[in-house]
Amino acid sequence: MTINELQDEIIEEFELFEDDWEGKYEYIIDLGKKLAPLAEEFKTDENIIKGCQSVVWLNARFENGLVIFEGDSQAIIVKGLVNMLLKVLSNHSPTEILNADLYFIEKIGLTSHLAQTRSNGLASMVKQMKTYALAYQSLEK
Amino acid sequence: MKLDINKIRHDFPILEQSINGKKLVYFDNAATTQKPSVVIEALKNYYEGYNANIHRGIHHLAEKATAAFEATRKTVKSFLNANSIEEIIFTYGTTDSINLVAGTYGRKFINAGDEIIISTLEHHSNIVPWQMLCEEKGCILKIIPINDEGEIILEEYEKLLSPKTKFVSVVHVSNALGTINPIKTIIDKAHAVGAKVLIDGAQASSHLDIDVQALDVDFYALSAHKLFGPTGMGVLYGKKELLEAMPPYRGGGEMIKEVTFEKTTYADLPYKFEAGTPNIADVVAFKFALDYIQNIGKTNIAAYENELLAYATEKLESIEGLTVIGKAKEKVSVISFVLEGIHPQDIGIILDQQGIAVRTGHHCTQPLMQRLGIPGTARASFSVYNTFEEIDALVAGILKVKKLLS
Ligand SMILES: Cc1ncc(COP(=O)(O)O)c(C=O)c1O
Repeated sequence: MTINELQDEIIEEFELFEDDWEGKYEYIIDLGKKLAPLAEEFKTDENIIKGCQSVVWLNARFENGLVIFEGDSQAIIVKGLVNMLLKVLSNHSPTEILNADLYFIEKIGLTSHLAQTRSNGLASMVKQMKTYALAYQSLEK
Repeated sequence: MKLDINKIRHDFPILEQSINGKKLVYFDNAATTQKPSVVIEALKNYYEGYNANIHRGIHHLAEKATAAFEATRKTVKSFLNANSIEEIIFTYGTTDSINLVAGTYGRKFINAGDEIIISTLEHHSNIVPWQMLCEEKGCILKIIPINDEGEIILEEYEKLLSPKTKFVSVVHVSNALGTINPIKTIIDKAHAVGAKVLIDGAQASSHLDIDVQALDVDFYALSAHKLFGPTGMGVLYGKKELLEAMPPYRGGGEMIKEVTFEKTTYADLPYKFEAGTPNIADVVAFKFALDYIQNIGKTNIAAYENELLAYATEKLESIEGLTVIGKAKEKVSVISFVLEGIHPQDIGIILDQQGIAVRTGHHCTQPLMQRLGIPGTARASFSVYNTFEEIDALVAGILKVKKLLS
């Protein structure tokens, strides 16, 4: 699936929770619980995303032309959000990732539900993912 | 006196709103307090009626603005029971006040090998300016330890004091835990070895009576925005003889007597420390905040806040898996807590969904969190406009957090 198809899939799932914040957060918490923990060896200082209230780790590798992301967080809701970002951006080519316009966060009403400080955390995560994509893209050339 | 809390709530327009369809419960008063209509009106009246630059113009508006600006200084003087208005310096806030002292008194009078004492409870704004000074001058920072209740250990403080101690800078009330420090003892003991003392009153000034003369404190810092006043405005109280001995902080207009290219002489106190056009509107409005507090009465406010604290402590402690962090015998209405197995950020997000505003994280006290061995806490801090029903809503909110997250 393309990045946009994956985003649309998430948006569709969240439409169920229109006016039901509890359902929405239960779903995110569930995504957090389902995300496999990042192996301890990757929970390094270099892999910590700055700007988050809880510690968030992001690890990346490049395989067969695709960028594979893995992540984790101490806070379960953040971990659920990390899981969503991984679903959307992991396993794509560097070019696709660099060109991605992430509209789903706003569409599912999370920018307004998460205070600035927290969504800044998400924003730093996306930025870091694009930085990896850029680095891998230059490897390809 | 029994306060009419409903009437007080009506003085704060912001409280009458819903967040996510639920009545706003504002429990982040230690970060900043809300503003009563009198303060908001004062800002509006200033800009609509007598905005002008002060101390310079001779026209009507300038005189009116200058008078209002200086009226605040008089009110602050009596609020702190200072000896004279020359001892009241307007700054941008507590952080700015502490930096002023570190940057002038510190730079001039503290030298290599001298020691500065702070405590484990300090806010970053009472740590970093001293670290910067120590890096520049080669002085040494010593830290008073705390016990598990979150109280300063006085015997350890005494052990740190010596003739090398030149300065002691300690928080009056901890923003993270609510602990009230025994500052009179801390000040007296510092003076006994010849050290000067700054007290960070950012939190204390809204809860406790402050009498700088009775305390015999050398410097006292506070922020208007934690006292129902505007942001970007604060106070540094300093003893006159110390302020006179200190070099100016920033150079510019307003702080000079005479400028030639060869030499500049500085203005008298307090203007020596107020370079440039100050934050006139916010200074003017701050008087209305202080008058507002005075009208309700600080003792009445403190008595009511203590009732809220006692009620909240009892209710929160009865929640299974909840631990209150900071159990000092002397506390203001701040309650920090953690929930077993749940990250504070998750607590904050779920409470926010229910319209309840608390603060989560390290509260700008990372060394304190390291000492307590936790990444952070959730903190509810109460002001005079909060109610027992709101605490019940917090309890229900926390139960919901537990239901969703365990
Ligand atoms: C104890 C303490 N000191 C200093 C500060 C800094 O105050 P300001 O940010 O207004 O300068 C705060 C604010 O949170 C505080 O709680």
